[in-house]
Amino acid sequence: MMQAFRQETGGLIDRARPVAFSFDGRRLQGYQGDTLASALLANGVRLVGRSFKYHRPRGILSAGPEEPNALVELREGAAREPNTRATVAELFDGLSARSQNRFPSLRHDVLSINGALAPIFAAGFYYKTFMWPAAFWERVYEPLIRRAAGLGRASGLPDPDRYGKQTAFADVLVIGAGPAGLSAALAAAGQGGRVVLAEQDSALGGRLLSDRRSIDGRPALAWLAEAEARLRAAGVRILTRTTITGVFDGGTYAGVERVADHLAAPGTLPRQRLWRVVARRAVLATGAIERPIVFGGNDLPGVMLAGAVRSYVNRFAVRPGARAAVFANNDDGAGTIADLVQAGMEVVALVDPRPQTPPALRAVAASHGVPVFEQSTVRQAVGGTALSSIVLGGKADGVRLSCDLLAMSGGWNPAVHLASHHGGRPVWHDALAAFVPGQMPPGMRAAGAAAGHVSTGGALRTGSEAGGGKESAVPSTGPESDAVTPFWQVVNPTGKAFVDFQNDVTSADVALAAREGFTNVEHLKRYTTLGMATDQGKTSNVTGLAMMAALTGRTIAQTGTTVFRPPYTPVAIGAMGGTHRGARYRPTRRTPAHDWAASQGAPFTEAGEWLRATHFPKVGETMQQSIDREVRTVRQAAGFCDVSTLGKIDVQGPHAGAFLDFVYANTISSLAPGRARYALMLREDGFAFDDGTVARLSDTHFVATTTTGNASRVLQHLDFCRQMLKPDLDVCVEPVTDQWAQFALAGPHARSVLEQLVGAGSDVGGRSLPFMAVAQAAVCGVPARIFRISFSGELAYEIAVGASHGAALARALQSAGAAPYGLEALNVLRLEKGHPVAAELNGQTTAADLGLGRMLSRKKDFIGRALSERAALQDADRPALVGLRPRAGGTLQAGAHLVPAGAPARIEHDHGHVTSAAYSATLGCWIGLGLLAGGQRRIGEVFRAVNPLQKMETEVDIVPPVFHDPAGAALHG
Amino acid sequence: MEEFVYAGDATLSRPGSNAELSAWVDYVYFRDNPAGPHSELWYHAAACRQFLKVERDTRTHVISSAELA
Amino acid sequence: MTRHFSIAALLAQAARGQKGWAPQWRTPAPKAEYDALIVGGGGHGLACAYYLARRYGLTNIAVIEKGLVGSGNVGRNTTIIRSNYLLPGNIPFYETSLKLWEGLEQDINYNAMISQRGVLNLFHSDGQRDAAVRRGNAMLLHGIDAQLLSREEVRARAPFLDFDTARFPIMGGLLQQRGGTVRHDAVAWGYARAADKLGVDILQHCELTGLRIENGAVIGAETSRGFIRARKIGLSVAGNSSRVAAMAGLRLPIESHVLTAFVSEGIKPLIDCVITFGAGHFYISQSDKGGLVFGASVDGYNSYAQRGNLPCMEETCEEAMALMPSIGRLRMLRSWGGVMDMTMDGSPIIDRTPVDGLYLNGGWCIGGFKATPAAGLCLAHLMAKDEPHPVATAYRLDRFATGQLLDETGGGTNMALH
Repeated sequence: MMQAFRQETGGLIDRARPVAFSFDGRRLQGYQGDTLASALLANGVRLVGRSFKYHRPRGILSAGPEEPNALVELREGAAREPNTRATVAELFDGLSARSQNRFPSLRHDVLSINGALAPIFAAGFYYKTFMWPAAFWERVYEPLIRRAAGLGRASGLPDPDRYGKQTAFADVLVIGAGPAGLSAALAAAGQGGRVVLAEQDSALGGRLLSDRRSIDGRPALAWLAEAEARLRAAGVRILTRTTITGVFDGGTYAGVERVADHLAAPGTLPRQRLWRVVARRAVLATGAIERPIVFGGNDLPGVMLAGAVRSYVNRFAVRPGARAAVFANNDDGAGTIADLVQAGMEVVALVDPRPQTPPALRAVAASHGVPVFEQSTVRQAVGGTALSSIVLGGKADGVRLSCDLLAMSGGWNPAVHLASHHGGRPVWHDALAAFVPGQMPPGMRAAGAAAGHVSTGGALRTGSEAGGGKESAVPSTGPESDAVTPFWQVVNPTGKAFVDFQNDVTSADVALAAREGFTNVEHLKRYTTLGMATDQGKTSNVTGLAMMAALTGRTIAQTGTTVFRPPYTPVAIGAMGGTHRGARYRPTRRTPAHDWAASQGAPFTEAGEWLRATHFPKVGETMQQSIDREVRTVRQAAGFCDVSTLGKIDVQGPHAGAFLDFVYANTISSLAPGRARYALMLREDGFAFDDGTVARLSDTHFVATTTTGNASRVLQHLDFCRQMLKPDLDVCVEPVTDQWAQFALAGPHARSVLEQLVGAGSDVGGRSLPFMAVAQAAVCGVPARIFRISFSGELAYEIAVGASHGAALARALQSAGAAPYGLEALNVLRLEKGHPVAAELNGQTTAADLGLGRMLSRKKDFIGRALSERAALQDADRPALVGLRPRAGGTLQAGAHLVPAGAPARIEHDHGHVTSAAYSATLGCWIGLGLLAGGQRRIGEVFRAVNPLQKMETEVDIVPPVFHDPAGAALHG
Repeated sequence: MEEFVYAGDATLSRPGSNAELSAWVDYVYFRDNPAGPHSELWYHAAACRQFLKVERDTRTHVISSAELA
Repeated sequence: MTRHFSIAALLAQAARGQKGWAPQWRTPAPKAEYDALIVGGGGHGLACAYYLARRYGLTNIAVIEKGLVGSGNVGRNTTIIRSNYLLPGNIPFYETSLKLWEGLEQDINYNAMISQRGVLNLFHSDGQRDAAVRRGNAMLLHGIDAQLLSREEVRARAPFLDFDTARFPIMGGLLQQRGGTVRHDAVAWGYARAADKLGVDILQHCELTGLRIENGAVIGAETSRGFIRARKIGLSVAGNSSRVAAMAGLRLPIESHVLTAFVSEGIKPLIDCVITFGAGHFYISQSDKGGLVFGASVDGYNSYAQRGNLPCMEETCEEAMALMPSIGRLRMLRSWGGVMDMTMDGSPIIDRTPVDGLYLNGGWCIGGFKATPAAGLCLAHLMAKDEPHPVATAYRLDRFATGQLLDETGGGTNMALH
């Protein structure tokens, strides 16, 4: 019979919308408004999982995110989410769920044999064994342990859903929309200002949805509907299905909204959304989480938290059993009994462990015909895969009652977690037998059950106060008793008594931890793993701590308090990091001529965030053939290369020259207008930082380039120098990298190509524009800067035009007879000339190492000068730049190490490494650069470039670090 | 990329170019590194590129003042 | 009272309801004087005490710890061990540590679950590949295992990584198969128990409040539990080195930063090695309990708060998604933060100080855990012999003045680049 355990009427489910779902392949039915847990219970499904260590049968303990047992794999394929709480998962049509951590099935799990081995599997047992034989840990023990570990299975397939992020600013963030939160939000809205109300459930109301209470003499649900309407009318931003999961600095709260998790498919919606709420103040109205009681067999399906029972009965119209007993250390048992009876269930007992049972409670029990067992406990819950009876202890010792549902309540733990995210420790409150918030993050205050006021009236009142309201505005509630007498465990239980359900931590384990000296709560937690399961100890931390205190004769405060950190409940990693997926992980920067290059069939490679063309293949060419051709074209004719990615910085002002003298190691101010110079910048610690070209356009106007990779670091450095070190200099610094497209035009025919593109009347002849000169002229009809500088060593220019003209310039250069060349050829050309790039300018080298020591001016102060003079940076034995020429036509790889020719490849003979290597079409052989101890002094020696990692090795001659045209004749044409 | 980038201790004072090596080593490498109020620089990298001088407690992260450096 | 751990002991105690176990270390009262005092009851401090007793024959030793054993960074790290460094000043040290890890369980009779399942550093560009080749060769020249994996070999090992839509495609990886993970709590407890067994007094809730120095030599420690005489004091207080050094009037080349790390809910085996992402600072592995343990880089500002902020948490998760897009369905369960001694060249300090008898072990940046056995050994050697251990000679405090820096990445004084 479908839904045999559903009540015929009542509840907040929508009976007009039935929903079909499956669990472990079994097809079942529920209603819109159900959670998976309530629907399973309605169908009489009580066994839903197996525990982590002992594989004991487990059922549904709670009705909320604190659930430790009812974890399922939800959905299938790439969308599968392991370890999903059935108590939170909203039912949708076609939902598919599977139980976890069992083989071959839930009912018959072979690993339940672990239970028989329980005596060995006590807490921390693994630290004491698995050590012999030594080799067995990795080969035998660990693989077995890892296979048994974890609960659900990841799909291993890419997450198919989208995620969103949004920021909201608020004057008041109210966290939780139970009576306290609603009251606070109403009060705050009444003050004006922006109010955000966040509620983790799909509907507002908190406990009001689960208990049958009255406010102002009416059913609480009526008050709730009215409160919600008033909040919407006041423009309060209401976020449901949104868990505030972390409190960060500056009033920043992280929340995760389950936008589409309750739908069969998200469609165009993001699956979840991360909210960053920046709020002046916050009200913590997160309620309280009910405590279980520790007794034998308390983990059986059918043993549930009393408040959860009331949720299933009242909100979901389910009968979680037929015959129920109630075991509670507080007066809320009255409401539980009333609700159970009203739902048509038989209540066979109220078991009260307190020294005194209040007369009012006795009266309520009597009125429902429920026997009360005072000063008694439940010593043991009995059953196979479900509860069938309980055995009492204490005054009613030995009494056995048959029942299939036990509603237990050990009191409540205020949900203080967020309050301690900044390290403030919760404070033990003796009267409540609970922790309440201690020092809270700035701007936060607590209200309602979260602050220890568990009654509805207390929640309404303190919520209103926290929201800034007046007490007179608070509605009234009937008489309520929130008295709790601490009762943590039944001493000497029969059978295993569980403290942490998911990690199978028992009262015996807590005792063992005490015996071995792990008596502080942090040690208790780590040694026994209590509180480290996916429920983060919400139903176990405080109980375990109280038990340890009792065992060691200390107060709870002396034993230590648990401090909490984000996330409050587990958060999908996709929600935190899922908005910039795949290609959008980082921005992609394209040069102005990118599309033109793509149209030429150029492949691209990443250079930081930039894409740069590697080469321009002609039909039928291999990549190496393209590169060789491009190199030859530059050396013999003319080629052009897109160098727009280099950083460009515009420096202007009367003191621009003085400023650049301070920033660079060599002198810049001596540049005449219309001239350019290679420049080297050091870090303040004396090591080489970056190099580039500085050109002077006028007395007060310079343009400097940086390497592509260091552009933003250099900019920050210049800003620091200007603002913090030289604030008295009259100079401005602006990045203009993206504003200019820039191309290198190089080769013996470069001038004749350029002459075709400059306007009539512009003279770019050898005398008008000599080597290292710069001119401003029209190129292709648009303003341009022409720098006669050369990275390739050929007669060359760099032409800069406004970025919007970059593509046109590329086409014009090509039409004028220059051939495009890419990054690979660029690298070969510079290697043939021995110019250092990032592989040599790697943050570990000095100017002297790179043969640039003479650039360091002796006449001025500049960044890095003082520390560059330290002995260790001047040491002649430091690895210094040399050229490498393989003998006998060998190849060379960057990363090979340099070992003297006759010596073995061992570290004591390691003298340096190969920094760059490439095949040189110009020389017809492989060449490389390296950093070799003693550098220049070793020229003429023979070394081996050893690369055991790639199983290669080559003999090399140490040569000067320039292979082509050492005198630079080609530059000056 | 974050809007503001940390730029270290704001109390440092760059030695004169003729200062002893030890003064330079101190400036570049050695730090008070207090647990408590800390005067430090932050750089508005994503926008105006101004350096800010911020007083912040390194134990609580509470910022007590911020001004243009 | 059973002290030795073995399967026989486990079975015997199982039969006796676990009643025969005793505290894993004593809680003695502080003596008035010790021959050697170690400040800091984390992994390094406890290991030092153990080796001082075991290998250097000192008997009258105490470790003082302001909180509980193992409550500092040793209890809040991502448990990785490896020796895949670049520089000759670093490699022998970390390899010494790795070899000590390999024999640790037998040595201290505690299962620290040393799992040498491999550390794989991915690279995504020619430049990164060249740097990996340089480093792999440095390792091989030292006689340490290193392998270069092609893209296809990485894919065979870790098919769940993004090979199809990545912004920075994986080109390959450098693998050290002998690297892996360890159960961090077991390291602290194991060393504590082993040291205690050799007579070391472990004094918890004993905070250093001052150092008494006379004529340029240390004579004892002021603590929250009274003054303790000692002529040899070793400081091993990750994250708090500057504060403790200040008690001796010393400044250090250190900034304290927060590093956060995370663990996911436990799942069945998915990742069988440690993987580091080359297009970010992200790294991930899977613990024996099934949780994915992962982290990235420091938040980037001075902090003693032991907690980071939301942008860093988001960034870490973004890198996670870039590396393995299937991780989106899994849930972050816990986050934690530690205080890191970030040095100005990214390498540690194990050295004497200008005060006689006062020794410093600190500056471990974000990589102190793997160094635990060797740092303990080298600090012990330094304290016992008053000279550096042969594998720690580069970790001098004066290297910042001389310029003999140990900069693995070329980041200089930029913390974010280490």
